[in-house]
Amino acid sequence: MATLEIARQSATRGGITGALPLKDTFEVAKLIDVSKCIGCKACQTACLEWNDLRETVGVNVGVYDNPHDLTENSWTLMRYTEWDNPETGRLEWLIRKDGCMHCADPGCLKACPSPGAIVQYTNGIVDFQKDACIGCGYCVKGCPFNIPRISKATEKAYKCTLCVDRVSVGQGPACAKACPTQAISFGTKAQMKDLAQKRIKDLTSRGYKNAGLYDPPGVGGTHVMYVLHHADKPQVYASLPGNDVKISPVVELWKGVTKYAGMGLIAFAAVAGAVHHLIVGANRVTEHDEQEGKKTLDGKIKESA
Amino acid sequence: MSDGFRPQVSRYTTGARLNHWVTAISLILLAISGLALFHPSLFGLTALFGGGSNTRALHPWIGVVLFFSFLGLFFRFWKLNLWNKDDAKWMANLDSVMKGDEEKVPEIGKYNAGQKMVFWGMSILILALITSGVVIWDQYFYAYTTIDQKRIAVLVHAVCGIGAITIWIVHVYAAIWVRGTISAMTKGTVTAGWAYRHHRKWLREEARNKATPAE
Repeated sequence: MATLEIARQSATRGGITGALPLKDTFEVAKLIDVSKCIGCKACQTACLEWNDLRETVGVNVGVYDNPHDLTENSWTLMRYTEWDNPETGRLEWLIRKDGCMHCADPGCLKACPSPGAIVQYTNGIVDFQKDACIGCGYCVKGCPFNIPRISKATEKAYKCTLCVDRVSVGQGPACAKACPTQAISFGTKAQMKDLAQKRIKDLTSRGYKNAGLYDPPGVGGTHVMYVLHHADKPQVYASLPGNDVKISPVVELWKGVTKYAGMGLIAFAAVAGAVHHLIVGANRVTEHDEQEGKKTLDGKIKESA
Repeated sequence: MSDGFRPQVSRYTTGARLNHWVTAISLILLAISGLALFHPSLFGLTALFGGGSNTRALHPWIGVVLFFSFLGLFFRFWKLNLWNKDDAKWMANLDSVMKGDEEKVPEIGKYNAGQKMVFWGMSILILALITSGVVIWDQYFYAYTTIDQKRIAVLVHAVCGIGAITIWIVHVYAAIWVRGTISAMTKGTVTAGWAYRHHRKWLREEARNKATPAE
């Protein structure tokens, strides 16, 4: 977007020349207050509508989740959990709006091999650029939240854009606008953290002693945050990764030391060959070898014409 | 004695040479497309395959060609590449071999220890590459493994790919450094002198075995 500046992009050393670092401009954030969500799916509908997407009609298997998982068309999804709280003995109906977390340290961007296919704007939004996407699925492996989906039709990766096209013209995301209970808020990250603290105070006063903000530091914090009534147990919200979530060490190894050591080894082998040849010289068959070879064959075979 | 009048010894049949070159071409294409997707500074190589998406789509299919082609080479040559006690002696005198002096090492059969290591190294790596490659071939096999398994597979694939490229460099360098080798894979023959110098035991076997006269 013309009004947004890119801070980092995939498969590109050192980011963009002259770009402001992430922290020097104001970061935006979406705050999802799980305790205020009524599970109406207005956010899902708004997402489909704004982004002009169509989800295929699915099959009801007796759960509220519809569709059953994020897809290349459903960039956000209400995930419903019926959780038996062992402390209170109460059945709690937990509803979490799943989607891209817009990590400050995005695993997808780190894993992507195609320059510019994934960008991070200075306001923190992580966005896929369809034109440069090659459909390799490395972002799926890089993402610690299992968010990107590859379309079978277009063979490109898709996920929530945080409505970058709306944000760049001063609007909030479509899901936030559609939410009837204001469970989804949007603003600067600092504002959203303040709002979260107010909500946490309220929840704590109402007996949710473990209420808290989900802004996992292992990925540098996220630009989509949750207020959770059970922030000590994020996993109960349809397997939301724990607060210690980070990019898989396997991915870090693959995109880190392997890349440099690997290229180094290949270069070393090539240079070692050249140096060896310079020092030792060609290993040539001598006239003596030819004569001995001929004798060994003992004239039993015909010489070539 | 000019080149044309040197006695030649048959080393590879037409089938073996064809099998080798199909493998070689696939391996080179795989190395180029694989490196393009491995290191961002080499992403430009995807242009040779018609862009990033085409590279991503073609690479695994070339891998399938390589796997079956190499399988052919494996069954042709595995017996001749079994390790024996002469190989240990050859390895012990690697320093003189590297200087081009093979008089200290025992007489060698069709393959020396270095060639055998290239053979077995490639065999193991190609098996690991096809296995890990299928795991990350999301277009057809996405549903069969977890993301954690795919992460391991993509790392294994990268490491084995680097290993295979490194062995390939050794293989090509050896063929260039040891002059007179390449004709084995182009014409199918080497000179008796070459065989005497590098694979004397094999030459003696060939001499005894008059049933397969060289051209």
